[in-house]
Amino acid sequence: MNKLTKKIKGLKKTTKVDFATYLGVILAFVLFSVLRDAGVLNRSITGMLVPICAYIVMAVSLNLTVGILGELSLGHAGFMSVGAFSGVIASQSLQAAIPSAPARLAIAILVGAVFAAIAGTIVGIPVLRLQGDYLAIVTLAFGEIIKELINCLLVGYDSNGLHMAFNLDGSLTINDIGMEPGGMAIIKGAQGATGTETIASFTAGFILIMITLVIVLNLVRSRAGRAIMALRDNRIAAESVGINVTKYKMMAFVTSAALAGAAGALYGLNYSNLAASKFSFDTSILVLVYVVLGGLGNMWGSIIAAAVLYFLPEALRQFADFRMLVYAIVLILVMLATNSEQLKTLAGRVLPKRKGAAHNG
Amino acid sequence: MKKKNLAAMLMAGAMCFSLLAGCSGTGSTGSAAPASEEPSQGTQESAPAETGNQGTEPTGTASGTFKLGGIGPLTTDTAIYGKAAMNGAQIAVDEINALGGAVQFELQPEDDQADPELGVNAYHKLLDDGAQIIVGSVTSGSGIAVSAETYKDRVFTITPSGSSVDVIAGKDNTFQVCFTDPNQGTGSADYIAENLPGAKVAVIYRNDDAYSQGIRDTFVAEAKAKGIEIVDEGTFTKDTQTDFSVQLTSAQNKGADVLFLPIYYQPASVILAQAAAMSYAPTFFGVDGMDGILTMENFDTKLAEGVMLLTPFSADAEDERTQNFVKKYNELHGETPNQFAADGYDAVYVIYEALNAAGCTGDMSAEEICEALVAVMPTISVDGLTGQGMTWKASGEVSKAPMAVVIKDGVYVTP
Repeated sequence: MNKLTKKIKGLKKTTKVDFATYLGVILAFVLFSVLRDAGVLNRSITGMLVPICAYIVMAVSLNLTVGILGELSLGHAGFMSVGAFSGVIASQSLQAAIPSAPARLAIAILVGAVFAAIAGTIVGIPVLRLQGDYLAIVTLAFGEIIKELINCLLVGYDSNGLHMAFNLDGSLTINDIGMEPGGMAIIKGAQGATGTETIASFTAGFILIMITLVIVLNLVRSRAGRAIMALRDNRIAAESVGINVTKYKMMAFVTSAALAGAAGALYGLNYSNLAASKFSFDTSILVLVYVVLGGLGNMWGSIIAAAVLYFLPEALRQFADFRMLVYAIVLILVMLATNSEQLKTLAGRVLPKRKGAAHNG
Repeated sequence: MKKKNLAAMLMAGAMCFSLLAGCSGTGSTGSAAPASEEPSQGTQESAPAETGNQGTEPTGTASGTFKLGGIGPLTTDTAIYGKAAMNGAQIAVDEINALGGAVQFELQPEDDQADPELGVNAYHKLLDDGAQIIVGSVTSGSGIAVSAETYKDRVFTITPSGSSVDVIAGKDNTFQVCFTDPNQGTGSADYIAENLPGAKVAVIYRNDDAYSQGIRDTFVAEAKAKGIEIVDEGTFTKDTQTDFSVQLTSAQNKGADVLFLPIYYQPASVILAQAAAMSYAPTFFGVDGMDGILTMENFDTKLAEGVMLLTPFSADAEDERTQNFVKKYNELHGETPNQFAADGYDAVYVIYEALNAAGCTGDMSAEEICEALVAVMPTISVDGLTGQGMTWKASGEVSKAPMAVVIKDGVYVTP
């Protein structure tokens, strides 16, 4: 025991924070699972567990781009959308081949991540030559392009396999993609993916969060991560010591995109209906709010912010029409509170040990 | 700096508190009754044991208090539909409660912003609060996700206006008050084939909207089958619904004399105005989304002269029931109800009739009520504002006569 405490004390502060993050997520998962199985949790909270997991992964992955790489991306929902729809296609078309829901979910999440990574690469190559506001605008445009493309996408599945068509002039329908009668329509253009078998589970969400954390935290603490942060802090200085700008930027950006795709697949398979319009600019901003309120570059902050801020509007339902107004005011209060020197010193006095961690961000 | 910051915090805090105080004041009248119900109905298992002094023998009439959970967009840009449906449903609830009969209703509306994700959240919240029957969701997108959940949990669902087929597809416990999209598309094509023979039809629709695209698809399919000539199709999206000159010019050049508009009334009003400006005067033909154009602010109703539309509800109908409803709605909300309000109103009456037919009691769990109602739904016939003698197929689809009206002197008349 003594050895263990010594060992823990000997760890670097960042490592300690990382382990505390893992531990916190595991404890939260165990706690909520136990409470749910004991029937203590009400339906509202039980129903929110999966979307919260998806948004946590979204927030952590966006934090990699915004907080660690230091580039403002406003099209993160676009990657989520790519992941969601490719995941839904994979899951729906493998229904017969792989009856086991968890296995199918894992494959769908993987497919979502791969397709989002491909999209991330395609977008990243031209986009990462830009910086600051320009990058923000191009990623914003990307999100909108994805939305419009999926609005035109028709996908169906029958015994001959997948059928796809791009409904560019608006004249095609799901009946025009050459499916046999009895084939299953998966994505019907603007109507989105309907009739999806909902196989997402809280356990899968938890595992995905853990994988995301392992990937992101290890990347950040690695040599590559230090290179990425060096680019963020001073690009010219980083370049002058021989850091390959494109390589490291792409590394962070594509990882972020892939994780967003995985989150999208989890999210998409939690609802029977999914339309492309869900992944609009608003959703990108929502996730960005989670990241900013949680603290840029602060992964556990993103996790807490995503969970709390997702729960908040639901908890405020009794205010009916004033709900979103109250939500906005709470956001402002949180922003003011986290930046208030008085509160920080107060917290430092009350919790002397936390002071170090609080400044760690 | 620091002082300013603190002052800002205090100000924001004060705002927040005053707001909360204001909310709880207005909220208490509406939510006091449901709140007192919560303990007895919070968990489904315990419900039968606790209430139940009335309703000993279910013999064809229902009794007890039933809690209805309403789901619809009450905020954001589709709020007009959700609010109308919920207001309409509330009027029906008040009427039934005022009868003083054995059946009493409570309606708790929840906001879903027309988003499937929030719809599912709202649904879970409603079940937590003890809802036994779901009236919703008002929009199709959210409705599909919600009905998938209600199917899993066996909760009876009736959607006032979720018109997509996918809302009811494969779910035996979800029923619609409105026509399905295909029904409207084929209905319109049939009507045009019958009453406007030899018409050259152009279609302008919104291709990023499930409703518009859905109707267009079935319209075109039926038009082909009936031999109607479609000369042109124009599309637009949410972001381009302010200018239709390209689509209109194209339709005009191809000699279209009927313009089919399976869209909502806001873009339709722009189309009417622009067509008038370029003196292009085909017969405009709309569907239920066109309903509401006459009550639109700043819209010259002369432009809508001669527009034909398929609608299940007309606020100008002569019958006493519609008149009463319109009057009451006007008193309460200061506007003429649209078809969504009528759909919501009818949904509650459909539940009322079905509960009576099945002899349900208020102490039954949501699951028991669901099984009882699913069994009787195909057997009942309901007279509502949106149709006389509405009946349902076991699939959940309503069958009622679509009504085609034409706008003359600013009112709907049957042609």
